[in-house]
Amino acid sequence: MSNLNTGMVEKYRNNFLNEVEANVEEGEWVKMCMQCGVCSGSCPLGPYWDHPPQELFMMIRAGKREEVLESTSMWMCTSCYNCLVRCPRELPITHIMHGLAHYATRLGIEPKGQPTRQFAQLFWDNLAKNGRVNELWLGVNLYFMNGFVNGIKVAMGMAGIGLGMYKSGRLSIKELIGGHTVKDKSGFKAMIKKAQELESARVDK
Amino acid sequence: MSDIVATNQTILVVGGGISGMTAALEAAEIGKQVIVIEKSPSIGGRVTRLYKYFPKLCFPTCGQEINQRRMAANPNITVLTMAEVTDLQGDAGNYTATVKISPRYVNANCTACGDCASVVEAELDDPHNYNMSKHKGAYLPHNMAMPKRYVLAPEIIATDDAEKAKAACKFDAIDLDMQEETLELKAGAVVWATGWRPFDAAKIQPYGYDRIDNVISSVEFERMMDPFGPTGGKLVRPSDGKEAKNIAFIQCAGSRDRNYLKHCSRICCMASLKQSTYVTEKFGDEADVSIYYIDIRAIDRFDNFYQRVKENPNVTFIKSKVANIVENKKNGNPVLNGVNVEGYHRYANEHDMVVLAVGMQPSVDKNAFPIELKLNDEGFIESDEANGGIFAAGCSADALDVNRAVQSATASALKAIQVVNRVAQAEG
Ligand SMILES: Cc1cc2nc3c(=O)[nH]c(=O)nc-3n(C[C@H](O)[C@H](O)[C@H](O)COP(=O)(O)OP(=O)(O)OC[C@H]3O[C@@H](n4cnc5c(N)ncnc54)[C@H](O)[C@@H]3O)c2cc1C
Ligand code: SF4
Ligand code: SF4
Repeated sequence: MSNLNTGMVEKYRNNFLNEVEANVEEGEWVKMCMQCGVCSGSCPLGPYWDHPPQELFMMIRAGKREEVLESTSMWMCTSCYNCLVRCPRELPITHIMHGLAHYATRLGIEPKGQPTRQFAQLFWDNLAKNGRVNELWLGVNLYFMNGFVNGIKVAMGMAGIGLGMYKSGRLSIKELIGGHTVKDKSGFKAMIKKAQELESARVDK
Repeated sequence: MSDIVATNQTILVVGGGISGMTAALEAAEIGKQVIVIEKSPSIGGRVTRLYKYFPKLCFPTCGQEINQRRMAANPNITVLTMAEVTDLQGDAGNYTATVKISPRYVNANCTACGDCASVVEAELDDPHNYNMSKHKGAYLPHNMAMPKRYVLAPEIIATDDAEKAKAACKFDAIDLDMQEETLELKAGAVVWATGWRPFDAAKIQPYGYDRIDNVISSVEFERMMDPFGPTGGKLVRPSDGKEAKNIAFIQCAGSRDRNYLKHCSRICCMASLKQSTYVTEKFGDEADVSIYYIDIRAIDRFDNFYQRVKENPNVTFIKSKVANIVENKKNGNPVLNGVNVEGYHRYANEHDMVVLAVGMQPSVDKNAFPIELKLNDEGFIESDEANGGIFAAGCSADALDVNRAVQSATASALKAIQVVNRVAQAEG
């Protein structure tokens, strides 16, 4: 367990709902859920979740801390916003899902090997480097996520799409060496650093 | 109409539904002068479209008959139908209302023999049946209509139909020269009883009310049970006329939803429980009813009714707000998708027909009142001193069942009586 995680367990002890309200983005909305189930029924990926949103909200209230934070469920959210527009209580469900995933990651107890999580990390690392997404490296890293041999297979399967993107100017071979950046790269890095400081200060308080 | 006497001691009742009738009777029977302003061609309001009343499962026609007789017998009550208050000025003890009366084209000679209707050809949507059927351009609003007098729809005026109707009438009751009239009436107090309207189910996009034939609303379902109604008293599907034995009710259709109506409409749980008994009344053991709900709100003494329905093996309760409905194109069955919150089971359930238990909203829009009134967020009239001598009764005050609507009407009548009593004392 990370120090932060142990600290949070200490701090909130029996009240996971309070912990979520204080630390998870839009977490203060969780108590508004009336368990109607329309979010769970509306999620296009719902059948693949261990615990659909309304179940997660009940588990939070029931104090099932590890089961929630270590779950792969909220990582299944594709931000389609179907649940959010239908929720009769206007809970920002999509944001809460990402908030929970992010919080679990901060605590270092997120599920390992969950592909959405891995992709999110790749995407972030890629973006944070130059301030722009390098499609080529993102693709390469993604294909080789599950090892070299598998990566070659995936890459060959995707070759057609890659060629199409190349022809239409969406993918440049120059991206292999450096690639395009934002105009003020150091300013961008400073901004990200500051945001991370603010976020840490919020969680550590 | 010029013979109407209205003074500062008159009580104006706007809306002649069960609430308005009750308020009018309470005031008139202790000797107050009352004028009822009703927008439609007859009084009675929405309860005249119900088959049975919960919780006793008696017929609304019975209570209507008693109230209508009391009204007809009372010389203190004047009823103006096809009338609307277009302007209201003044304050408690001293109001002036401007009332617009639309022409009915039929006078008091009418015996309701129906000869006019039999010769008229034009057919128009019948609002009494929520437009599920048509009526003639000359019509009696419904069997229990009071006044029992035909109406010529404005659509047939200046057509051959109007002339035919006039020629067919043996009692010289049809007057095609009738014009719109405007009256100014004095009043000391006003009871506002304009009631409710069903929430427009088509707004709930995922339920496909406007796309799927066999998805209907609860008010339409009520009309199906009326032997004189649009289906002749049969529970049949709109798409193919097949008997609908496997019926799903979806609760809170539009209510308790910040996207639509924020409030709980309070009567719709009981309405669906009641309507489940209609299905068993028709089909006995072949009835197969499913009620999809968030939680069943059968308040205080209604709980007995709920418990009785729960004991019925032909009625299943599913704790779930249905996510969406799609149509099985092969058989026209609506398919309900969602998650049963008890156990988190995902379902895709097929039914013959779906009834949306639609919410209640005030019949008058927030900005359409002829005088400024204190309203709550949903547009129901508050009990507030700022409203002076105007008191809300029944469903213009809140989403209420008949019992509570009538209680509210009695309370409002009492408040109105107090205002006109004060005027009487001051005037000596
Ligand atoms: C599906 C369903 C089933 C129900 N079943 C039951 C039941 O079994 N038992 C029960 O107790 N309750 C039941 N209810 C509730 C019941 O319908 C209401 O409690 C009742 O209609 C309230 O009466 P009201 O007079 O307040 O309003 P309304 O019935 O709406 O009457 C209002 C009157 O005012 C008139 N009006 C409207 N606007 C104006 C205007 N601007 N100027 C003049 N007049 C106007 C209207 O034409 C109408 O005549 C049910 C409701 C629904 C939706
Ligand atoms: S839709 Fe909203 S109220 Fe309903 S279960 Fe989901 S979060 Fe709760
Ligand atoms: S009475 Fe029942 S169906 Fe109607 S809004 Fe309230 S909870 Fe929903």
